[in-house]
Amino acid sequence: MALTTAPSSTPRATGPVRTPADRRGSGRIWQREGLAGYVFLSPWLIGLLAITAVPMLLSLYLSFTNYDILTPWSEVEWVGLTNYERMFTSDASYWHAVQVTLAFALIAVPLKLAAALGVALLLNRAWRGVGLFRGLFYLPSLLGGSVALAIVWVSMFNRDGAFNSLLGFFGIEGKPWVNDPEWALETLMVLAIWQFGAPMVIFLAGLKQVPTELYEAASVDGAGKIRQFVSVTLPMLSPVIFFNLVLETINGFQGFTSAFVLSNGTGGPVDSTLMYTLNLYIKGFVDLEMGYASAMAWVFLLAIAVITVVLFSTGRFWVHYSDGEER
Amino acid sequence: MVTETAAPAAPPGAAPALSRRPGRTGRHIGRLLILVAILALVLYPLFWMIGTSLKSPEEIVNNIGLLPRELTPGNYPDGWRNFDVSFGRFFVNSAMVSLLTVLGNAISCLLAAYAFARLRFRLRGFWFAIMIGTLLLPGHVLIVPQYILFRTFDMVGGPWPYLPLVVPQFLATEAFFVFLMVQFIRGIPRELDEAAKIDGASPFGIFRHVILPLSRPALVTTAIFSFIWTWNDFFRQLVYLSDLEDYTVPVALTLFIDSTSQSAVGPMFAMSVLSLLPVFLFFVAFQRMLVEGLNTTGLKG
Repeated sequence: MALTTAPSSTPRATGPVRTPADRRGSGRIWQREGLAGYVFLSPWLIGLLAITAVPMLLSLYLSFTNYDILTPWSEVEWVGLTNYERMFTSDASYWHAVQVTLAFALIAVPLKLAAALGVALLLNRAWRGVGLFRGLFYLPSLLGGSVALAIVWVSMFNRDGAFNSLLGFFGIEGKPWVNDPEWALETLMVLAIWQFGAPMVIFLAGLKQVPTELYEAASVDGAGKIRQFVSVTLPMLSPVIFFNLVLETINGFQGFTSAFVLSNGTGGPVDSTLMYTLNLYIKGFVDLEMGYASAMAWVFLLAIAVITVVLFSTGRFWVHYSDGEER
Repeated sequence: MVTETAAPAAPPGAAPALSRRPGRTGRHIGRLLILVAILALVLYPLFWMIGTSLKSPEEIVNNIGLLPRELTPGNYPDGWRNFDVSFGRFFVNSAMVSLLTVLGNAISCLLAAYAFARLRFRLRGFWFAIMIGTLLLPGHVLIVPQYILFRTFDMVGGPWPYLPLVVPQFLATEAFFVFLMVQFIRGIPRELDEAAKIDGASPFGIFRHVILPLSRPALVTTAIFSFIWTWNDFFRQLVYLSDLEDYTVPVALTLFIDSTSQSAVGPMFAMSVLSLLPVFLFFVAFQRMLVEGLNTTGLKG
């Protein structure tokens, strides 16, 4: 580090700073640092304003209008709560999308976390080659969100896809899973569960933190493997389980790519894969009902906020933080 | 492929150390067999994808096994030229968007993170709380008004249609990377700042000579994840790109779905394989880092 070359902008006149405590007392330096703070923060501040805050306000305003991007701004009509009313009372596809999304998140997320925890337990001990296993189990998390993998998945669960031939091997008659309204969403759930690598790696980090003395003590007390898992591993791991649960739930609600690819952007067959975000995309960018889509976005945001708050409030009852440890 | 190399290597090496009690080696092998079985299941779709990309149209229907009976590499050039625009163009577009995103995120997020982690300024706590709040803000919520704004400024489908995809990345809107870097910078000893300050360095000097050089690991992590996420991203690219020539790889891949004639399946798989190649190469090169980065920060894959 070339610390010797002080930038010329630094006025020498301020003199050497003697102790760290002195800095606090010097108003001038504080101000200068305050200015520097805002200079360094400025890209983020501009981004916050232009890319986040203004769009949010705009979206709130639009949600009370019939904006459709084609009509000029001067003719945009304020329609009050009409969009929200329509959403909650007369738009059947909206409620259907809500149900599809809830079903997806409620089923896929717990199963994904269970798979992640199960494999993490198997990979917890250190042995030669374990790193390679961890990496390979993580690979689907990197690839799985892509259009390419969604395409592969849909082909795999087609009438004459690989999955049915596997079933045929066991003498089970297959069906066109992705074209069957009863099963299309389930194939997407399997795709989501398949990407258990990311929470698995976080579980592995958590398992490393569990002190081995606890297992020894439990074993001295006569606890078997299952009892140790329930009484030691699960409570000690609860903060990590909680973290994964919040993250994966929020992610689960936002599923888009695979549903889009499976249904070619329609949410079919028979709206069975009409995820909330896909529905929002269709309303906003296909039907060009951007006012209505904005109302949908706000309800989505509030729903995610409520769910996060609910998760956090239930967390008090089952998340165990060991004292003194920062998480 | 990998399971074969891992399975024999692990038990003999581990056996002497573990064989204090006779049951252990057996249990270790048992666990290994379960793991290999699960791994085979997990990797099956990937191998099947590569296998299918090398099959002829008839074989795709008749032979659902992993390996093609007859290699048909022609799917690759066919897929490459399947549309009026060559897939090479789509790859160039994707690479451009991804690389600019990497650059933008690395620069802007580090600047913001330095301010949050090291500088004292009015309302810092307030802004930090807002930044954490935006972490949880789903991108789908903002897409409609953002689209309208970018359109108002003629950036959608304008002379350079990637502006709406790239501009936000230069404004530190990926709160995740800001947060990651804040955590990282907090780990750099403050004594280094103090020493530089005594030497007369300004906040800018400290950033340039202390924080920037020491933040390399955080920058690399950000770069890798930014690249992979942008390369795989579909939603925003779908919304903002409307001309075939401007399409990125994910958007172009969906074109295959419209034409699901039997003969297009092979080329579709071939291009799917190619589209995953950059991510896979990153995975091979940075496997350890990816897993560790995830470990320490809870990054999503």
